[in-house]
Amino acid sequence: MEASSLGLTFPAGDGDIVALSDVNLTIDKGEFVSFIGPSGCGKTTFLRAIADLEKPTSGTLTVNGQTPENARKDRAYGYVFQAAALYPWRTIEDNVALPLEIMGYGSADRAERVRRTLALVNLSGFEKKYPWQLSGGMQQRASIARALSFDADLLLMDEPFGALDEIVRDHLNSELLKLWARTEKTICFVTHSIPEAVYLSTKIVVMSPRPGRVTDVIVSTLPRERPLDIRETPEFLEIAARVRDGLRAGHSYEEVV
Amino acid sequence: MNRILPVLTILLAIIAIWYAASVWMNAPWQTRLNERADLANVPFTEFVAQTWAQDKPVLPSPHQVAGEIWNATIALEPTSKRSLAYHGWITLSATLLGFAFGTSLGVLLAVAIIHNDASDRSLMPWIIASQTVPIVAVAPMLVVGLNAVGLTGLVPKALISMYLSFFPVVVGMVKGLRSPEGIQLDLLRTYDATPWQAFWKLRWPAAMPFLFASMKVGIAISLIGAIVAELSNTAGGGLGVRLLTGSVNGQTVQIWAALFIAAGLAAVLVAVVGRAEHMVNRRMGVRA
Repeated sequence: MEASSLGLTFPAGDGDIVALSDVNLTIDKGEFVSFIGPSGCGKTTFLRAIADLEKPTSGTLTVNGQTPENARKDRAYGYVFQAAALYPWRTIEDNVALPLEIMGYGSADRAERVRRTLALVNLSGFEKKYPWQLSGGMQQRASIARALSFDADLLLMDEPFGALDEIVRDHLNSELLKLWARTEKTICFVTHSIPEAVYLSTKIVVMSPRPGRVTDVIVSTLPRERPLDIRETPEFLEIAARVRDGLRAGHSYEEVV
Repeated sequence: MNRILPVLTILLAIIAIWYAASVWMNAPWQTRLNERADLANVPFTEFVAQTWAQDKPVLPSPHQVAGEIWNATIALEPTSKRSLAYHGWITLSATLLGFAFGTSLGVLLAVAIIHNDASDRSLMPWIIASQTVPIVAVAPMLVVGLNAVGLTGLVPKALISMYLSFFPVVVGMVKGLRSPEGIQLDLLRTYDATPWQAFWKLRWPAAMPFLFASMKVGIAISLIGAIVAELSNTAGGGLGVRLLTGSVNGQTVQIWAALFIAAGLAAVLVAVVGRAEHMVNRRMGVRA
């Protein structure tokens, strides 16, 4: 994934809104990249541009060496939204099978993939349940299974745990790391939590608003194997401090009227 | 029991008010009748009984209406021209055919509207305008006009029903088919789903609650459409014709009996749609 001098402007009545300006970034295969910054810094917009849900207005962006549109048509990525966005009228297994139905997988293949991905997110046994019968954390896990079911190499996650409480979030973070290690996927992860970004990532992209831009890219020195209590180590705190400095340098902490 | 009790209380209250009202409304005529017959000093209880037993009362008493309903349904052969079951069936068949037409038309228009901006802007004003025309004015023209081209019987009446019942379905289904949130549609875009897939996998199921709400309104006004259409073609029979002949001949008891049959029919039809909704909900895993 490569972006060079990428810009994206939303037209608005009273002057255009610059959501992204001059973003240069390379993401290699197998990386876990977090995008962090205050709201309005363009982190979600950047993710949506990768997913071809928004069109950049300047610069170039390639995903797997092709345009985002072709990458989308190639089904190169799975996207996990802020809300689980499961269909309430489908059972969990049918929700996970949704992309497979659309992409035309055979029913035997579908059943096998649903079984495998649900096992991957620890939801075996909940196949026949409807979304409302599951907790918020389980629903989000089902939506991750849905994004994984068709074996895209790239996983785009837009604040997937933002609506969950901290205990569930901790648990899902460590699950996600294990999942990443097992599947060797490339993950782009949008968050506004510093500990979450530092805990998960091999690379942290710090962004700041008005205009949305990248202020710092921090390569994590933490080992790939990360127990939850790594968050108390000096190394972890040091990286977290750097992220905070980066946010401060981008005036992200200033009160904006 | 705590559901039946309030319903019964209200029912009893309505019947009591009705009896009182029929005494009050029929009293002037009864007084004149008694004067003509030189009956003076009729005891109050007898006077009340008289007001409840008039031949052509202003407001018939509940037991007169109930008696008429019994006589015109259970006590008569259903093939008799005076049977309310016979006329009710005529109205019901026009209602159901019109409802089927109207629902299909409404869904088709809604699909066209949500998939095409031009049809949104060009169709919607006409659809709304169609409902501002008084149906009692349109119905005779349509029935007469279709009669001129050789279309008679059930279909013209069903078309009037359709004219009324497609409207709530269009409005409800446009809203329903547009009800999926942005991320639901974005999700399908990330799968590169076709509009056809988006329709059947997302929009259509999401619109189901709206469809049933619209159909409940639609089937009730289909019945009204059928009755209004019958007024323009008295030879064809139906509850509308019974209402009309009743009012021409001053047969208030007959009018009220036909009214109650029509209301009962509407209640049953709405309940049937509600039942279908319940079954669909269960299949769609809606939380009970």
